Amino acid sequence: MSILHELTYTTNAVPEERHANYLLEVKNFSLTIERVEKGYTPERLYVIRDFHLKIHHGEIVAIVGASGSGKSLLADAILGIHPKNSMIEGTVNFEKSPLTEKRKKQLRGKDIMLLPQMTNALDPLMKVGKQVQTFIKQKNKQKVLKSIFQKVGLSPTIIKEIPSTLSGGMIRRIFIAMALASEAKLIIADEPTNGLDLEALDELLLQLKILANDHRAIVMITHDIEAALKIADKIAVFYAGETVEIVPRKNFTKKGEKLRHPYTKALWNALPQNGFVPMDSSQPSPSIVIKGCVFSDQCPKATKICRIKKPKLQEISDNEMVRCLYA
Amino acid sequence: MLEIKNISFKYERSDWLFKHLNFTIEQGEIVGMYGKSGSGKTTLAKIITNYVSPIEGDVIIDGEKGEFQGIYPVQLIWQHPEKVVNPKWKLIEVIEEVEGLDKEIINILGIKKEWFNRRPSELSGGELQRFCIARAFSPNTRYIVADEITSMFDAITQAQIWHAMMKLVKQRNIGLLAISHHIHLLEKISDRIIDFNNICNVR
Ligand SMILES: Nc1ncnc2c1ncn2[C@@H]1O[C@H](COP(=O)(O)OP(=O)(O)OP(=O)(O)O)[C@@H](O)[C@H]1O
Ligand SMILES: Nc1ncnc2c1ncn2[C@@H]1O[C@H](COP(=O)(O)OP(=O)(O)OP(=O)(O)O)[C@@H](O)[C@H]1O
Ligand code: SF4
Ligand SMILES: [Mg+2]
Ligand SMILES: [Mg+2]
Repeated sequence: MSILHELTYTTNAVPEERHANYLLEVKNFSLTIERVEKGYTPERLYVIRDFHLKIHHGEIVAIVGASGSGKSLLADAILGIHPKNSMIEGTVNFEKSPLTEKRKKQLRGKDIMLLPQMTNALDPLMKVGKQVQTFIKQKNKQKVLKSIFQKVGLSPTIIKEIPSTLSGGMIRRIFIAMALASEAKLIIADEPTNGLDLEALDELLLQLKILANDHRAIVMITHDIEAALKIADKIAVFYAGETVEIVPRKNFTKKGEKLRHPYTKALWNALPQNGFVPMDSSQPSPSIVIKGCVFSDQCPKATKICRIKKPKLQEISDNEMVRCLYA
Repeated sequence: MLEIKNISFKYERSDWLFKHLNFTIEQGEIVGMYGKSGSGKTTLAKIITNYVSPIEGDVIIDGEKGEFQGIYPVQLIWQHPEKVVNPKWKLIEVIEEVEGLDKEIINILGIKKEWFNRRPSELSGGELQRFCIARAFSPNTRYIVADEITSMFDAITQAQIWHAMMKLVKQRNIGLLAISHHIHLLEKISDRIIDFNNICNVR
């Protein structure tokens, strides 16, 4: 059995008294973008419509879902780096008190850290070692840096390279190195393992798991459901700006029998190893106000009621939620 | 036929990434390729599509090598779309740059009209990648190298895009090299699969 496997199956069970003691709590969260441009009619985009997430210290929650459903903007909003022309509403608590824009600024890069999806977030001219080193607080920075590079599987010679000479996988390793260097309590990793081979993937997932075992909370945004299932405690499924389901890892089984939401099922069965089944249409545009269920245009189980009545996110257990009239 | 003939390459301060590398791609065929991270797949993709010159060897396109007029017949779809689209351009400009691009492709790839008026930073990763895929299908294109292009998509969109791509390459008789770490994906889309580390003749 691999170390990753062992670590994963020693679950980070949450003791009773910590149940309500969330590190991050997001409730009824929405983000709307106003696009005003000379010569065009103003656009209002309901990018995030209704998002919910709770995460404890030491927990790993994966966010999976449709491309363009608002995952990266959600991460930006928690960090306070969302676009200037966007408005956010809802509750975001960090360590039990509201995460105001001012607090976000204070905590950014310190208690809360973002590993970005886009590789152009790195400074193209600065040596990558230096970019990682800015997060190291300990003395003896050089030594710490070297040991971090070793942990993420990068040769020490890479320390002096600039980003353009690194491969796709090596850039992902640099981002994980930044997480290891920081002392952040909450790490939001946007597609942290995109484009890695299996061996490298397991290496980096192991590092994330070790961080979680050190009581850090990790939000892992990813399209790689298989990777998510290797380390995440639960999976939040995102579609058209809404949390449609929160699923404990164990419920992802063969044909997805235990998944409650029709979108989650469709997503699972679209994986190449599970059938590679596409859908004919796509997610509704964020410019549309949706009256009923956001998935009703694509859902194989939709009824007339689905188009007019908006399903609420129902709590099934502490770790399980679903938003469907018929789940 | 696209012939990769005896290609060898190393960066200035590095070891050889590959030596005397040989393989071919027929028109209308999808060839899958996987290999270890950092071993040189993207570098090979750049050589095949004429962004980097090999130290030794040739890339022969339907029997010809050397100069081509206009858009290069072998197009690269990059691993990271954010690095190759001009951040100041609107997406409409990005698309219009490709002469004679067929509007059907835009629909097939699920590109929405409302995105045209935006700049790259105003789109999600997967949305931007669709423009880069569309751009590769110019009327001049005979071969495409797709470097890990669908790890930006959710599984449903990934399936949608590949079903569309498979149809397009057959219709237009385009040869496609698909580089990916996802073996299950390659098994679904490829006519045959190459292990890069097996053909690069180093170590
Ligand atoms: N600055 C912006 N202005 C207008 N619309 C935007 C802006 N940024 C993002 N969007 C839109 O908001 C939606 C959500 O974008 P986001 O980047 O959060 O998606 P995502 O879930 O991360 O997708 P992916 O999986 O493709 O990365 C998309 O439809 C995108 O077009
Ligand atoms: N411009 C460059 N200058 C110097 N070295 C480079 C340059 N580009 C890439 N390299 C090096 O060449 C090697 C191969 O990189 P390449 O990007 O081709 O790998 P890859 O197989 O595509 O990896 P991945 O699967 O991680 O994307 C790496 O060690 C990388 O550091
Ligand atoms: S509410 Fe109706 S349309 Fe929405 S997911 Fe459930 S069955 Fe499908
Ligand atoms: Mg994103
Ligand atoms: Mg690469």
